[in-house]
Amino acid sequence: MNFSISGGLIIALGGMLPALAIGLIGGKAMEAIGRNPESSGRILPAMLLAMAFAEAIAIYSLILAFIK
Amino acid sequence: MFSFQSEVLFHIGSFKITNSLIDTLLVDTVLITLCVIIAKNIKIIPGIFQNSVEMVIQMFYEITESVAQEKVKKIFPYFMSFFIFILFANWSGLLPGVNSIGFFKNGKLVPILRSATSDLNTTLGLALVSALATHIMSIKTVGLKDYISRYFSFNPINLFIGFLEIISEITKIVSLSFRLFGNIFAGEVVLLTVSSIFAFLFPLPFLLLEVIVGLVQALVFSMLTMSFMAILTTPHRDISTNANSEKY
Repeated sequence: MNFSISGGLIIALGGMLPALAIGLIGGKAMEAIGRNPESSGRILPAMLLAMAFAEAIAIYSLILAFIK
Repeated sequence: MFSFQSEVLFHIGSFKITNSLIDTLLVDTVLITLCVIIAKNIKIIPGIFQNSVEMVIQMFYEITESVAQEKVKKIFPYFMSFFIFILFANWSGLLPGVNSIGFFKNGKLVPILRSATSDLNTTLGLALVSALATHIMSIKTVGLKDYISRYFSFNPINLFIGFLEIISEITKIVSLSFRLFGNIFAGEVVLLTVSSIFAFLFPLPFLLLEVIVGLVQALVFSMLTMSFMAILTTPHRDISTNANSEKY
C-alpha cells in the first residue's frame, strides 16, 4: 500500500472550512427551530440544501486528492 | 480496484459499452416498467402502491408550487424526472452484486455493473441537459429580448454583471456535475475500502450513510434545477423594482 502525502494534505486542508460552514449552518438552523418550533417543516429543507452546497467544496478537494 | 473511468466491457462497432452504461439501461428498464404498471392499473379508489406514488408526487408538487408559483406545470416534470432517475441510479450502487461481480482482466477486477452516477460522463450529461432545458424554457417564457438583456446591456455596470452571470452559468454546470459525481464515487470508494477491511458487520453504518447520501444528492440536484428554472423564467427587471416587489 503506497501512501501519498500530497493527497492527504489536499483533503485535510480543503475539508476544514466546509466542515466549519456545515456546523455553523446547522447551529443557526437549530437556533431558528428553537425560537419557533412549528416552522421546522420550512427550515429543514432549506438547511439541507445549504449543507449540500457547503459540502460540495469539500467534494471538489476530495476528487483532487484521489488524483494525486 | 477503483478507477475514475468506467471500464469498457465490449465494443459495438466503434462505440464502447461501459459497465455504467449497462447500469443506466437497467435503471431505465426498471423505471419504465414501474410507470407502465402504474399507468395500466389506475383506479379511482387507489390501492396501496398507487396511493404511495400519488403521495410522493403531491409532496413534490407542493414544494415546486411554493417556489415557482404559476409556472409549476412546466417546471414540475423536469424536477420529478431528474429526482427519480438520480435516486434510482444512486441506490443501484448499493444492491448486492453491483460493483463486486465481474471478471479479471490484467489482474484487476472489472465489475459487470457500476452505479450510473459514479461515472462523470453521466453526471456531466445530466447537468448539460438541465442547463439546456433551463435556457430554452427561459427563452420561450420571457422572450429572446429579455433573455439577452440579462447578459448584455449598454449600461456599463449591467454589462459587468452580465459577464459575471455568464461565468456563473458555466460554474453551475461544473458544480452540479461534480457534486453528484464526487458524492457517489467517494461513497463507492469508502464502501470498497471498508469491505476490504472486514466484510461482515463493519460496512453497515456506511451502507446506511450511502442510502441517505443518495437521497440527499438526488434532492439537491433536482431542487437546484428547479430553482434555476424558476429564477430564469421571471422577467429581468431593474434592481430597484425587483426589491420592492419581492414577497419574502
